[in-house]
Amino acid sequence: MARLAAVFLIFVALIAPAHAVQPDEMLKDPVLEARARHLSEGLRCLVCQNESIDNSNAPLARDLRILIRERLKAGDTDSQIIAFLVGRYGEFVLLKPRFDLRNLFLWLGPFAILILGIAIAWSKRSRPVESTAVENELSAEEKERLARVLKGSR
Amino acid sequence: MIPEIGHFALILALATALYQFVMPLLGAWKGDVAVMRSASWAAGAQFVLIGMAFSALTWAYVTSDFSVANVYENSHSAKPLLYQFAGVWGNHEGSMLLWVLILSVFGAAVAFFGSNLPLTLKARVLAVQGSIGVAFLLFILLTSNPFLRLNPAPIEGHGLNPILQDPALAFHPPMLYCGYVGMSVAFSFAMAALIEGKVDAAWARWVRPWTLGAWMFLTVGIAMGSWWAYYELGWGGFWFWDPVENASFMPWLVATALLHSSIVVERRNALKVWTILLSILAFSLSLVGTFLVRSGVLTSVHAFAVDPQRGIFILGILTVFIGGALALYAWRAPSLQQGGLFAPVSREGALVVNNLLLASAAAAVFIGTLYPLALEALNGAKISVGAPYFNMTFGPLMVPLLILVPAGPLLSWKRADAWGVAQRLWVAAVIALVVSVTVLAFQHRGPWLAPFGIGLGIWLIFGSLTELAERTMIFRIPLARLSTRLRGLPRSSFGMTLAHLGLGVTVIGIVSVTAWRYESITVMKPGGTVNIAGMAVTFLGEAPATGPNYTADAGHFDVKVGDRKVTTLISEKRTFEPSHQTTTEVGIHTFATGDLYLAIGDKAPDGGRTVRIYFNPLAPFIWFGGVIMFLGGALSLSDRRYRVGAPRRARNALPQAAE
Repeated sequence: MARLAAVFLIFVALIAPAHAVQPDEMLKDPVLEARARHLSEGLRCLVCQNESIDNSNAPLARDLRILIRERLKAGDTDSQIIAFLVGRYGEFVLLKPRFDLRNLFLWLGPFAILILGIAIAWSKRSRPVESTAVENELSAEEKERLARVLKGSR
Repeated sequence: MIPEIGHFALILALATALYQFVMPLLGAWKGDVAVMRSASWAAGAQFVLIGMAFSALTWAYVTSDFSVANVYENSHSAKPLLYQFAGVWGNHEGSMLLWVLILSVFGAAVAFFGSNLPLTLKARVLAVQGSIGVAFLLFILLTSNPFLRLNPAPIEGHGLNPILQDPALAFHPPMLYCGYVGMSVAFSFAMAALIEGKVDAAWARWVRPWTLGAWMFLTVGIAMGSWWAYYELGWGGFWFWDPVENASFMPWLVATALLHSSIVVERRNALKVWTILLSILAFSLSLVGTFLVRSGVLTSVHAFAVDPQRGIFILGILTVFIGGALALYAWRAPSLQQGGLFAPVSREGALVVNNLLLASAAAAVFIGTLYPLALEALNGAKISVGAPYFNMTFGPLMVPLLILVPAGPLLSWKRADAWGVAQRLWVAAVIALVVSVTVLAFQHRGPWLAPFGIGLGIWLIFGSLTELAERTMIFRIPLARLSTRLRGLPRSSFGMTLAHLGLGVTVIGIVSVTAWRYESITVMKPGGTVNIAGMAVTFLGEAPATGPNYTADAGHFDVKVGDRKVTTLISEKRTFEPSHQTTTEVGIHTFATGDLYLAIGDKAPDGGRTVRIYFNPLAPFIWFGGVIMFLGGALSLSDRRYRVGAPRRARNALPQAAE
C-alpha cells in the first residue's frame, strides 16, 4: 500500500510543472538551435512518464539537451546524434519507435485492422442478399407441394 | 464512528449487489414477476448504501479526521474546502469508491427511468449492473479499503499534491468516471440482449440516451483534462498522447462509434451484432482505462507487481468481464437476426465507414499505449511510443473520417445518390478551398499542410450547416415558413449538426496552435521588454503573494499593442505547505485571435527571471469545440423521442398551453 502510494507520488512528481528548455542552454545560432529543439522533441526524458526532453524539467533532461547542443556545435548530423543516444540509452530514448521487425505490429497493426474491417464489411455486404435469395428459393418438397396445389386447384 | 458506519454500509452494499446480481436473473429465468421487480429495489438500496459510505468518507475529509489512514495520507487541514472535497477522489481508494457510487447512481437511474422496459430485459440489465457492483465492491473491501484507521491518530495530514489543487482537476475525475461508468449501462443492455437473444429498434432506442450521456461526460472530462494541462503545466501543451490521456480517449472513440452504429440499429434494424460488440468494447476499454491509471502498470510492468494482491484482483476483474462478455457474444451473437439491407453508398454504408475508421483509430491508440508494456512483459525490451507514432497512425486514419463527416448525414438510407450529395456540398467545398488557399498565400511560416487543416475544419463547419440548410430548405422557402420548418425539425437533428460543427472548431484550434504558435524563452529583468506576435510584453517586477496554503512570487507584466496598453498579466510561482512543492500559475489573456500565455520560471543567477511567453493562435477553439460537441449531445438527449412514453403523458396533461 505505502509502496503503491509512493509510486503514485513519484508519478505525480514527474508530471509536475515542466520548465523545459532554459534560456541559458540555447545556442546562439538559430539554425542549430532549431535543429536542437526538433531533436529534443523526439527524445524521451528517460526518468519521466512519456515526456520529451524538450518539455521536461528533470535534471537528466537538461543534461541531454546540453549534450545534444554540444554535439551539434561539434558538427554532428542529426542521425549521428540519435545513433549516439540510442547507443548510450537504448531504443527507449526514442519517442518514435523504429520501424523494424519487432515493431512491425505496432506500426502496421492499426492499418491491418482497418483493412481487415473493410474486408469483413465487404464480405457481409452481399451475404443478406444471398440469404434472402436462398430463402426465396423453394425446396424440392415445397415445389412438389406447390405443384400438387396448383394441380388440385385446376 | 462515522467511518465505521461507512465501512459497514459498504459491506451491506456488497450483499445488496450480490442479491441484485443473482435474484433477477433467476426471476427472469423462472418468470417470477415479484423477484424481477425486486431488482429495482435492490438497485435503489445499493445507491443509498454506497451513498452513505461515500458521505462518510467525505465527512472524514471535510472534518480532517486524520485517524482515517486515507485522509491522513491525502489531506491537510489547511487545504481549501473545495480540495478537501476533491481530495476524496484524489487517491486510489477514494476514487474507487466514487466509481462504485456512480455505478450505483446509474443502476438506480435505470431502475427509476426504465419503467417502460420489458420486465425481463430490465431485470437482466440490473443483474449485470449488480455483477459489476459485486466485483468492484469486493475489490474495494478486500484490497483498497478507504476506512482503515490509524492509532494513535496523527495531528496533521500529508496534504494533496498541489498540482492537483485546481478547480478543473477537481471535477475532471468525476466527469471521466461518469463517462466510464455510463458505458456500463450500454454494456449491461448488450449482455441482457444477448441473454434474451433479441436486439431490435426499441433496444437501440433505450440504449442510445445512456450512451449519449456517457459520451457527453467523457467529452467534457477529456476537454477539462486537456485544458488543465494547457494552463497548469506551464508551456501550453494541450495533448500529450500520454497513456493516462489515451486511457480516456479510447472509450471516447469507441463510444462515438457506438453512438453512430446504434442509429443504424434504431432506424434500419441493421448492424446489430456489431453494435453489441461495440457496447462490450466501450465498457471494456473503460475498465482498462480505470485500471491503467490506477494500477501503476504504466510506469512499468514491474510497478504493477508492487502490490500483487491488487494487481491480480484487477486482472481477474478484467478477465471475467471482458472475457465473459466476449464469450457470451461469441455464443449468442450468431443467433441474432440480421435485418435491413443496404447498398454500399447509403447512410448505413457511411456509418459503417465511420465505425471502421473510428475503431481503427481506437486500435491505433490501444496498440500504441499497450505495445511497450506487452513488449516489456514478453522479452524485457523497453521502447517508448510517443506523439510521433500517434501522429503517423491516428492522424492518417482520422483525416478521411473528418473529410467524410459532412457527407454522411446527406446520404439517404438504403441507397443514396453520391453525385447528388456532392452537388449539395459544393458550396462548403468551395469555401473550404478558398480559405485553405488564402491561408496558404498569407502564411510566412509553418508547414504547408497546415492551411489544409484549417480548410478541413471549415469544411466540417460549413458541411454540417449545409445539412441543416437542406433540411430547413433555408434558401428556398419564404422566411415566414422557415420558423415552422425549424420547429418541425427534431432536436436530435440540431444536436448532430452542432456536434459535427464543434468537431470542426476543435480541428481549427488544434491546427492553428500546432502550426503557428509563437514562442519566446528568455531571461527578463524588471523593465525588460519582449516583442511577440505584434505585442510588447514588459516585465514590471515581482511581488510576494499568499494563498490559503501557499506563498508565491508573483511576476507582473504589461502587455501593449503599439502604444495602447491591453492588459496586465500575472504569473505566480507558488510554494505549498506542508510539502514545499512548487507550482506555476500561468497568466493568460485571450484575444479574438488567440491566447497570450506567460509563465515565469526560475530565478537566474544575475537576478533576472526565466520567462516563457507564447502566443497560441485560436487556442480556445480546441476546448470551445468540445463544449459545442457537448451541447450538441445535450440537445440530442433532450429530444422527446428518447423519453419514450413521457411526451404523450405531458401533452395530455397540458392541452394547448397558453400561447
